[in-house]
Amino acid sequence: MATDTLSNHEGHAHGHDHHDDHHDTAGTKVFGFWVYLMSDLVIFGSLFATYAVLLRGTAGGPSGADIFELPLILISTFLLLVSSFTYGMAVLAMNADRVNQVKAWLAVTFLLGAGFIGLELYEFQHLIHLGFGPDRSAFLSAFFTLVGTHGLHVIFGLIWILVMLVQLQQKGLTEMTRPRIMCLSLFWHFLDIVWICVFSFVYLMGVL
Amino acid sequence: MFGKLSLEAIPTHDPIIMTTITAIVIGGLALVAAITYFKKWGYLWSEWITSIDHKKLGIMYFLVALVMLLRGFADAIMMRSQLAMASAGAEGFLPPSHYDQIFTAHGVIMIFFVAMPMVIGLMNLVVPLQIGARDVAFPFLNNLSFWLFVAGVVLVNVSLFAGEFAKTGWLAYAPLSGLDYSPGVGVDYWIWALQISGIGTTLTGINFFVTILKMRTKGMTLFRMPIFTWTSLCANVLIIASFPILTATIALLTLDRYLGMHFFTNDFGGNMMMYVNLIWAWGHPEVYILILPAFGVFSEVISTFARKRLFGYGTMVWATVAITILSFIVWLHHFFTMGAGANVNAFFGIMTMIIAIPTGVKIFNWLFTMFRGRLEFTSPVLWTLGFIITFTLGGMTGVMLAVPAANFVLHNSLFVIAHFHNVIIGGVVFGMLAGLTFWFPKAFGFTLDEKWGKRSFWCWIIGFYMAFMPLYVLAFFGAVRRMQSYENGDWQPLMIVAWVGALIIAAGIACTVIQFIVSIRDRKKNQDVTGDPWGGRTLEWSTSSPAPFYNFAHLPEVNDIDGFWDQKQRNGGEAPLSKPPYQDIHMPKNTWEGPIIALFATVAGFALVWHIWWLAIVGGVATFATFMARVFREDVDYYVPAAEVERIEREHQQRVEMQA
Amino acid sequence: MRRNPTLRMLGVLLLLSLPLLLAGCSSALLDPKGQVGEEQRTLILTSLALMQIVVIPVIVMTLLFAWRYRRSNRDATYTPDWSHSNKIEAVVWFIPMVIIVFLAILTWYTSHSLDPHKSIEPTENQQEPMEIQAVSLDWKWLFIYPEQGIATVNELAFPEDTPVRFRVTSGSVMNAFFIPRLGSQIYAMAGMDNDVHLIADDPGVYPGRSTNYSGAGFSEMTFDAHVGSRQEFDAWVEQVRESSKSLTFPEEYYALAAPSEDNEIQYFSEVSPSLYESIIKSFLAGGDHEERMTAFADRYAAGFGHGAAHDDDGHGESTGSHGESMSSEAAE
Repeated sequence: MATDTLSNHEGHAHGHDHHDDHHDTAGTKVFGFWVYLMSDLVIFGSLFATYAVLLRGTAGGPSGADIFELPLILISTFLLLVSSFTYGMAVLAMNADRVNQVKAWLAVTFLLGAGFIGLELYEFQHLIHLGFGPDRSAFLSAFFTLVGTHGLHVIFGLIWILVMLVQLQQKGLTEMTRPRIMCLSLFWHFLDIVWICVFSFVYLMGVL
Repeated sequence: MFGKLSLEAIPTHDPIIMTTITAIVIGGLALVAAITYFKKWGYLWSEWITSIDHKKLGIMYFLVALVMLLRGFADAIMMRSQLAMASAGAEGFLPPSHYDQIFTAHGVIMIFFVAMPMVIGLMNLVVPLQIGARDVAFPFLNNLSFWLFVAGVVLVNVSLFAGEFAKTGWLAYAPLSGLDYSPGVGVDYWIWALQISGIGTTLTGINFFVTILKMRTKGMTLFRMPIFTWTSLCANVLIIASFPILTATIALLTLDRYLGMHFFTNDFGGNMMMYVNLIWAWGHPEVYILILPAFGVFSEVISTFARKRLFGYGTMVWATVAITILSFIVWLHHFFTMGAGANVNAFFGIMTMIIAIPTGVKIFNWLFTMFRGRLEFTSPVLWTLGFIITFTLGGMTGVMLAVPAANFVLHNSLFVIAHFHNVIIGGVVFGMLAGLTFWFPKAFGFTLDEKWGKRSFWCWIIGFYMAFMPLYVLAFFGAVRRMQSYENGDWQPLMIVAWVGALIIAAGIACTVIQFIVSIRDRKKNQDVTGDPWGGRTLEWSTSSPAPFYNFAHLPEVNDIDGFWDQKQRNGGEAPLSKPPYQDIHMPKNTWEGPIIALFATVAGFALVWHIWWLAIVGGVATFATFMARVFREDVDYYVPAAEVERIEREHQQRVEMQA
Repeated sequence: MRRNPTLRMLGVLLLLSLPLLLAGCSSALLDPKGQVGEEQRTLILTSLALMQIVVIPVIVMTLLFAWRYRRSNRDATYTPDWSHSNKIEAVVWFIPMVIIVFLAILTWYTSHSLDPHKSIEPTENQQEPMEIQAVSLDWKWLFIYPEQGIATVNELAFPEDTPVRFRVTSGSVMNAFFIPRLGSQIYAMAGMDNDVHLIADDPGVYPGRSTNYSGAGFSEMTFDAHVGSRQEFDAWVEQVRESSKSLTFPEEYYALAAPSEDNEIQYFSEVSPSLYESIIKSFLAGGDHEERMTAFADRYAAGFGHGAAHDDDGHGESTGSHGESMSSEAAE
């Protein structure tokens, strides 16, 4: 009842005994983030299912084979795969407590991710320019939405990387930033896996 | 500047709505004036609005749910009145444009803004206490979830003042909910209210799943968890796995309506069957999200008041788990008449029936918990007995609906309406009212008045049978759901019986309101000094009532399924009291970001409904900025000094000794 | 509490609900007029009866146990720690399982035998099957008789003892085609060709309607099915043929498709060939359904918000390339 009348101990758990009573420990955070990823996976699952159902709903418009440009997609796939590797390097650097290396690897990851998004935007813009926007047919609606949802996730990941760069600058590697870098790591690899599914199911199978 | 919004949006032509609006505005102003006069804004802000205390959030969920129950029930009584009148050519008092909004709003409100918050509110109040935790895993998210839910409530209610609500039925089947056939803002209100509150629900699901798995006290293995916690765990698994489907489905409908895409349109290759599949892939698990925790409540109530261990704890757990899994592979039974092949229909029909097995087992387990017990007929027990009988009948009609060939004539009829009210009122509503009565003292420190509680029960159960048994019968005459009027005058007598039933239920709701007033008046007399008013079996009864904000001075240790009962047995029948030395307790701090994020989300949602794009952008950016403020905030927790804990504990113990 | 009124009241309520159910004997579903409906009635009653094996004991046990083991009854055995019995558990799992196994077999069998898509083979004293096409429009039913070359709105007629294949589609949102006295309903969906096979054994006028909510005029989306002898049916067809109205696709069809409530019965003596197929195809690429429907936008926007939605989003823009074949530049 008197939550805020109690004196506030500045800072965190330092100097206090850790009992088994405290919340928001790093482990719980990372576990919670895993659970979140699983629920996010359900969203992607729904979108994949919708895409599969609407694949033939081209309404006289183009099908996947008509519009996909594999070389471009291959480049963006490599960008994303390499960015997963560089993020892994950032985590290794964090485990070695090298904050500047963490920042550097995060920056590289950011550039690779931004490149991926740039290519995706180019692809979308090109299709819309040809008159094959998402309002052209159910197939294109499903395609833009599935790929676009992944793209939005990557954009969110990029913003998150920026936030982490700022926080690393301000605070360094702390109890607050470490689990966040771990969660972002999960997020980034997760997006990589989702992209591999997008690449295989949408692009490869669309062209084959 | 204001998109599609103009003064015309206020439905001045409709006297019913205008009267309601006037009443709400006057009531709201009176409330604001009272809070201002008594200078309670600061108290509300610091003790409730920004609170991360799961118990207070639980209370707030329930409070909002009860208010929305009144709104949803007003819709119900209007529908029943309309159908009692609009027979054989008579048009009644509600034209289709209004009636169609009412049945849509009734469904949406009762499921999303009454049943869900009651279930989640009860989880909030009880689960951390039952597992011996001081908190949930992510207290800030918990606050945010609540306020996102309130954002949805606000949007639904604003639709009454400005514009209209959806006229599509509560699940907004496409293509009726598409832009071609519903060009108004009603569906957009539906979209944003559900999308925003649905995200809150998903966060709750994650939060409680992690809480239950990670924050159990010493000795509480999974198979020592109280049944309510088990059913909550399963309900949260269902939330995590099914609400994202709702999020995705609503997002796709949004794209259809806002960006001219073609997921569910009739033309351009769209596929409305996909909408129906997706919405029920969420919708079916949703009903189990509601009923499983209610099962949990009945289990706790029956074993507590029979003063006996729950019969077949292990079976109960496995039955719950089985229902959880099966609930994902039955969704097609909501649309057998779509014309899938016989094999597909038969598969989903049989899967649905299989759910009846673990459910039946649960019912027998409750019966055998009463067997050789010492059952006290308190109002929670009355709700439970009413539930067992009513739910069994509802389950029976459910199995009948699950037989595809029978479903071909029962589908979309009043049989379906009677069936799901049979299980939702008999199951969820009875369960939540039982839970409310059962755990009320834990939240407020005094018990609810039994006399009015029992009156409420009798009104509800008699009213329920009078309101819904006629609907089963009418279905056999060919009466269909969602009709605003009907030609066949022979149906009218039964429709009038149903209307009387609804009035009796109204009396039941009135009894509950009176129960609150009487109980608050008599709170001294009904005070729960020990914190264990019923001879409880689980940990929530081992702490004081109302529980201190830190829940437990020392984290309890559990050696048995009925952990607290076991503690009492070892201590000669007395509840052991906490002893010094106490230690500092690590607690989360209140958060202003939760309510503010939800406020901006509401603004953004409203702007999107009306196509006020600049405001939507402002709302979106402000939401994000507030979230960033949270991300950069460091003073999110603090320590309660041991001396403070000792003071609070001693006060409680003195009260206990005084009473003794 | 000494004497418990709870249980007695519940019993009374149950007894009260029984005559209500029995009153249903003159009802549409319990007094069907066709083979499909009859089998469905039997199925409903069988499954209801089968479940009483569990339902009745549960209700009796609830009342009995609650009363016997009430707090005040000190004569009853009290075993506070008894919570497990393999025997009871076995029984409570086994009995529901057996019932469900029976129901599952019944379900499997009837799902196939009563599959709405399954055609009804005429027996010796029955006539050759016929086809009627049903199209749900806002908010009326269009019935097309391809063999007779006629069409009607909100009135249906066919001879008794004749298996009828109803092909069902929608020119609008989803509806469901249902004649309660004859049995199975089926969804009507735009762009899709659904079907349900029904037969009437007795002459009569059987009300039918849409059962799936479809908007403002849904309540009045009803029709009567007139079932009589072959001669009566032929006379009815002649009567329809005397109508001066025709139904051509697309002009007259779209005039009819415009949303309207509480519709009168209409007869059309002439119908565009393959009208039904044209309606289905209108939703596929190449049709001009989109433009036609835009003309009705105002009528759907009853109340307010009216039309505005169509003005400020680019819904119509995409139709530029609508229907064109793939351009070569796109394929690069």
